[in-house]
Amino acid sequence: MGFDQYHEPPEELPPAARTFARLCASLTEEAEAIGWYEQRLAVETDPEAIAVMRDAQGEEFKHFSMDLEFLLRRTPAWREIAQGILFRSGDIVEHGEEAEAEALEGDGSGTGGAAGQGSLGIGSLRGSTR
Amino acid sequence: MSHLLRSHAPISEASWTLLDQEARERLAPALAARKLVDFSGPQGWAFSATPTGRTTALESPAEGVSARQRRVLPLVEARSDFAVARQELADADRGAPDPDLEALDRAAHQMAVAENVAVFHGWPGSITGISEATPHDRLPLGQAPDDYPRAVAGAAERLLCSGITGPYGLALGRGQYRRVVETAEHGGYPLLDHLGKILEGPIVWAPGVEGGVVLSLRGGDFLFESGQDLSIGYDSHDRDVVRLYLEQSFSFRVVTPEAAVLLAPS
Repeated sequence: MGFDQYHEPPEELPPAARTFARLCASLTEEAEAIGWYEQRLAVETDPEAIAVMRDAQGEEFKHFSMDLEFLLRRTPAWREIAQGILFRSGDIVEHGEEAEAEALEGDGSGTGGAAGQGSLGIGSLRGSTR
Repeated sequence: MSHLLRSHAPISEASWTLLDQEARERLAPALAARKLVDFSGPQGWAFSATPTGRTTALESPAEGVSARQRRVLPLVEARSDFAVARQELADADRGAPDPDLEALDRAAHQMAVAENVAVFHGWPGSITGISEATPHDRLPLGQAPDDYPRAVAGAAERLLCSGITGPYGLALGRGQYRRVVETAEHGGYPLLDHLGKILEGPIVWAPGVEGGVVLSLRGGDFLFESGQDLSIGYDSHDRDVVRLYLEQSFSFRVVTPEAAVLLAPS
């Protein structure tokens, strides 16, 4: 079994970072699966096979969306930028630039630094006694 | 721009990181409710109310039309102000390892206590706490720590009688927690371990709680929904100090009142 989702030694990563990495890896896999089904559907001619694969691709849409929502909930700055881009009509790039600038509060660093975030990211503490 | 206005504060990136880390370290040990109840969110600062699924019948606006109004649980906003000396932050930027952040520490503790009190005992007019909702009679903890196992076992048994399965958790007020941690029973067995075996779940330090609360951890019984999770925002500054605040918004619902038993302090 591989542990390719970790870029740093897993034993040095806190549990929250390992969970985050797992969901990022899962998000990537779901996006790949959506792309693969899209290609298969583009060349398939059997209507029954098409119906099966459409249903399967729908599952991947769901999985991808759940992974994304989890990651956005754990990452306030990412969530804030996504809120400025997703489900909006108009120029995607323009929305992206505006959302990034808003989220980083124009601090000029472009790094998503501490001044631009705010949430302490504490969330649930289930499993912790101290 | 976020309403926290952090980029307007005369605070360096390094000092923001220091303040955020200090706040996390002070909050996490004291946020007892988050260790025991279901947590969802954060949904963001603009999120104002938790849907309840309930409605209230309205008078018909016109013949042939019936009407209902959705009932929601409005979020509460909690804010704790504090000030930090600019000199302390400047010294921290120079590498001073011991900046005076006592006001932040105090605000963090106050915020944690407020959250614990809201969840376990309620917030008048806004939140019904666990001890207000439970239909079970309070069980006395007893005068001596040696009495605690009997009370905790009684609470667990009462939950079982109500069909509430475990594991169970125990939130203990400051004095009660200290007594548990410092006590070994007759055979030298730590009281903390004995209670843990009865509960099959955690025992947490819960400043703000009066006595103790035994509650089921099976999930779905106690719901904490975060709007904006705990954050530090900027208020104002002068030559000497920066005025900041800790803030969050949340709602809390008791879905299964039977799933908790209050242990009254003696």
